[in-house]
Amino acid sequence: MSVGKSARGPIVEAPVGFFAAPVSHPAPGAAGKTGTWRDYRPVINEEKCVKCLLCWLYCPEDTILRREDDMVYVDYEYCKGCGICASVCPVNAIEMVPERGGLE
Amino acid sequence: MVVRIQDLPRRRYGMPGNAACPGCPEAMGLRYIKMALGDNVVLVIPAGCSSVIQGIWPKSGINFPILNIVFASAASAAAGMKAAFEMMGRDDVHVVVWAGDGGTADIGFQSMSGAAERNDDIIYIVADNEAYMNTGIQRSGLTPYGAWTTTTPLGKKEHKKNLPFIMIAHDVPYVATASVGYPHDFIEKLRKAAKIRGFRYIHLHAPDPVGWRFDPSLTPKVAQLAVKTGMWPLFEYDRGVFRLSPFSKPYKDPSKRTPIIEYLKLQGRFRHIIDKPEEIKKLEEYVDRLWYWIDALEKAFNPSEKARELLSRHA
Ligand SMILES: Cc1ncc(C[n+]2csc(CCOP(=O)(O)OP(=O)(O)O)c2C)c(N)n1
Ligand code: SF4
Ligand code: SF4
Ligand code: SF4
Repeated sequence: MSVGKSARGPIVEAPVGFFAAPVSHPAPGAAGKTGTWRDYRPVINEEKCVKCLLCWLYCPEDTILRREDDMVYVDYEYCKGCGICASVCPVNAIEMVPERGGLE
Repeated sequence: MVVRIQDLPRRRYGMPGNAACPGCPEAMGLRYIKMALGDNVVLVIPAGCSSVIQGIWPKSGINFPILNIVFASAASAAAGMKAAFEMMGRDDVHVVVWAGDGGTADIGFQSMSGAAERNDDIIYIVADNEAYMNTGIQRSGLTPYGAWTTTTPLGKKEHKKNLPFIMIAHDVPYVATASVGYPHDFIEKLRKAAKIRGFRYIHLHAPDPVGWRFDPSLTPKVAQLAVKTGMWPLFEYDRGVFRLSPFSKPYKDPSKRTPIIEYLKLQGRFRHIIDKPEEIKKLEEYVDRLWYWIDALEKAFNPSEKARELLSRHA
């Protein structure tokens, strides 16, 4: 059934019940608390950090968080411990420390 | 306009707790799309790692509205979706295909080529991790020569297909290469593409720690080495003008390039050719050929007025 017009022609309504698909919604933890995957945890030395934000830019998980003043900190609930933040830090302000098991 | 880190949006655009492996280049790329284009973006995703990164219903680990679709149809489904948005008067929505290299260079190629030919108003991004990763590392048309995959146990015998050049030949308004090693450049190109109408193609190089066998902390470094060795040149073709991007300009001069061995030796997938000079030479020759093409394209598509006039039919 035509329910209106547009520049490309009539707008046709989809038949009822024609298409039903399960819909997911973006939310943290779609694969669980991924912090438990970690073997090493990134620990930031605030004394050394020069706030260049490279760790924040490259972190695939978005688990480097930025404070108002651009000091960075880690979301350990979800950080997977890949070590990218430590590898891109120009002043070696991030150390990867072995985990002793369990979340904080 | 040059992108500065400090000016990028502060908002948390990634989606932590997704199912991507640690160090995943696809998770990186998805976050940069959101940083560049904001909220009015719908993704169309054919089968691949990014189908799985979304995690388990009822949550989704990717921070976009997504239509998951079969391999063969990503670009045509996106074109249809864009037409539907137009009918609804929603010209502000970007419909973006986010597909793997297998889903693009091999299985989805016909629908992408069709959408490019029709100049459908979509942005098509390939996350090129140089193999079918989601099904366990099979070779694709974009796997480079010599690389180990489960279907090329002795190393691939063919070179990487030069898809960006094939897309330029479709005479679409915008074609660019990018890399997860240079997020600023990728974001800048996405923003530029968003201002153009018609079919826009961005080929994102996405080194994969799992399939390429390197430590997950090295994803950005491996990506940067691909550019510094000349293996992955960053460029753009914008409505009739071909330009090397700033990060790749120095490597036009072969003597400025990092020896490709530096790139290969970080990756387990090249372990069996690392001591074979004749195999390395094949890759060096590939890089030389690639840059001949680039040289030719720069000369053919230079910013002269005449070229602009002739080639900017979509502008
Ligand atoms: C027609 C069809 N053939 C095969 C598959 C199985 N399959 C699902 S994902 C995938 C690999 C996709 O590889 P690529 O496009 O490179 O993306 P990546 O997983 O590397 O992100 C394959 C072969 C499928 N879903 N549909
Ligand atoms: S270790 Fe990886 S996931 Fe964790 S904060 Fe650093 S870059 Fe992000
Ligand atoms: S990369 Fe290092 S110096 Fe830069 S913001 Fe992160 S911790 Fe600080
Ligand atoms: S296999 Fe590679 S692309 Fe796929 S989820 Fe893992 S890291 Fe990401």
